[in-house]
Amino acid sequence: MNRINKKLKSEKKLLSIYFTAGYPQLKDTVRILKSLQSSGVDMVEIGMPFSDPLADGPTIQNSGSIALKNGMTTKLLFAQLKDIRKEINIPLILMGYLNPILQFGVAAFCKACADVGVDGLIIPDLPVKEYKELYKKTFEKYGLLNIFLITPQTTDARIRYIDSISKGFIYMVSSAATTGSRNSFNANQTAYFKRITTMNLENPQIVGFGISNNKTFTQATQFAKGAIIGSAFIKQITQEGLSQIPNFIRKIRVS
Amino acid sequence: MSYFVDENGYYGDFGGAYIPEMLYANVAQLRQEYLTIMALPQFKSDFDQLLKDYVGRPSPLYLAKRLSDKYKAKIYLKREDLNHTGAHKINNTIGQILMAKHLGKTRIIAETGAGQHGVATATVCALMGLECIVYMGAIDIKRQAPNVARMKMLGASVVPALSGSQTLKDATNEAIRDWISNPTDTFYIIGSVVGPHPYPDMVARFQSVISEEMKVQLQEQENRENPDYIIACVGGGSNAAGAFYHYLDDDSVKLIAVEAAGKGIDSGESAATSVLGHEGIIHGSKTLLMQTDDGQITEPYSISAGLDYPGVGPLHAHLYKSKRAQFLNATDDEAMKAGLELCQLEGIIPAIESAHALAALDKMTFKSTDVVVVNLSGRGDKDLETYIEYFDL
Repeated sequence: MNRINKKLKSEKKLLSIYFTAGYPQLKDTVRILKSLQSSGVDMVEIGMPFSDPLADGPTIQNSGSIALKNGMTTKLLFAQLKDIRKEINIPLILMGYLNPILQFGVAAFCKACADVGVDGLIIPDLPVKEYKELYKKTFEKYGLLNIFLITPQTTDARIRYIDSISKGFIYMVSSAATTGSRNSFNANQTAYFKRITTMNLENPQIVGFGISNNKTFTQATQFAKGAIIGSAFIKQITQEGLSQIPNFIRKIRVS
Repeated sequence: MSYFVDENGYYGDFGGAYIPEMLYANVAQLRQEYLTIMALPQFKSDFDQLLKDYVGRPSPLYLAKRLSDKYKAKIYLKREDLNHTGAHKINNTIGQILMAKHLGKTRIIAETGAGQHGVATATVCALMGLECIVYMGAIDIKRQAPNVARMKMLGASVVPALSGSQTLKDATNEAIRDWISNPTDTFYIIGSVVGPHPYPDMVARFQSVISEEMKVQLQEQENRENPDYIIACVGGGSNAAGAFYHYLDDDSVKLIAVEAAGKGIDSGESAATSVLGHEGIIHGSKTLLMQTDDGQITEPYSISAGLDYPGVGPLHAHLYKSKRAQFLNATDDEAMKAGLELCQLEGIIPAIESAHALAALDKMTFKSTDVVVVNLSGRGDKDLETYIEYFDL
């Protein structure tokens, strides 16, 4: 069974962390992964930096630009992750935009993912239709779960459709916005979380965008299986370095 | 082979809507409604009337006699430079602002490079009394001060794009991010035949008035609807799309697309996407774009701010791959020389973008009976400073 599916079966609410590969330093990727696992994080999304990240707010954009300046590439990322499964057993998801994957070659990319032990992919600009017609077979051949996003604007019918072709979890974008932190969720957002909960979907949902602290994590996981923290984590390592990661993670879990 | 968009939003291998889910609802609404709205009698009469009374259409098709003598063919100029705001861009913004009104949108966003599309958008927003926010690369804001001032006078807010290379592609990214964050009240007026389906098709249809008029005007002046050649410059490709549109299915009309070679194809400072680009995704569309081996989009260069875009619209990628259009390119030097030549032969100062199309004349051989239409997409007033600097005037 895929590590993501196994993790989703556990009783607890899941904390997932996003970080950008190659940031703040080119060689921090593995160091950050080890620190996240030992801090008790349940799942990690490794961001592949892209020159034109449409869905990202300023914090993640900036980390991506610096990672690219540092010299990060898709090829180098796979080299860094080569022996990662000797030390890391939590699920690993690669998150990035479609163009660099197309240039790498979709089949070669999927094979490289399987070789290093990546469990799933989040590609925000990969359309559902193209995924199903062109890439699904290849993803499945290499045991990769493709994670789709839904937003407050996604219709119920489309959510049902996305649910029907998903085999892991659904990434529930908390609000109409690019990535970035918020201090709390408003009534509209909790109403949206509730609406999705009552749909009784096949796939569990994990909330992303706007999770930054214990309060937003608790609010989100009241309705969803878990939550993803990205921008707030990037800000944290920008300001206080990698040594404070365990502290940051503990504070998310404990109020 | 079809050169028009198919029901899935593709031109052959190119096009589609490679957008994050956050934009899906907005783009889907537009896709479902744009053709219906454009076919409404009210829409058509509003569009036609504004093009006539406000833009000043039809734009003349002018037989350039001295230019014809020099290149030994019958050369016509389609005078988009005589439109209100000085370029073809306004054809599209008039169409899209009417579309926005039909969809009940109250807030307009746009991206701009040199500022021409920004000015054309600010103009129609003033005309319709709608809020207008224009994203422009921070570097371009410095380079194009007069157009920034124009937009402000027209009531638009100009927001600097501070991400990435701080030019057109980043302004486009910022506009898309704004749209993600404002999904209900906002309409995004894209300035070229780029972006997710249905934008390339919608913009091409609004610009197609150019070739629609050409047919009538050639019939009057040459007693035939079809020229032998149509020459147009291509950045994203909206003026070329409009000039080619009604001739796409007629192979007897040779279509010439001219890209900006900058300081030379191999100089590392160029914007000739068909030569230097590879298939990929930019701004929601599968097309040809300039990128690194790792798939990072690179920054193009041209002396003409309107041509320095790292991609081409998916229609043009298809015209290139299918060989329906011939792609040529002109360097900065060739374009500047051709621009000055038009001033001196015909008394017309062309935009430097359009001067690239003129520069192609020197690279082609014609029969003396050939009828050639060069789409003169814009006037050169905005480029005076570049002309002054280049020729040390």
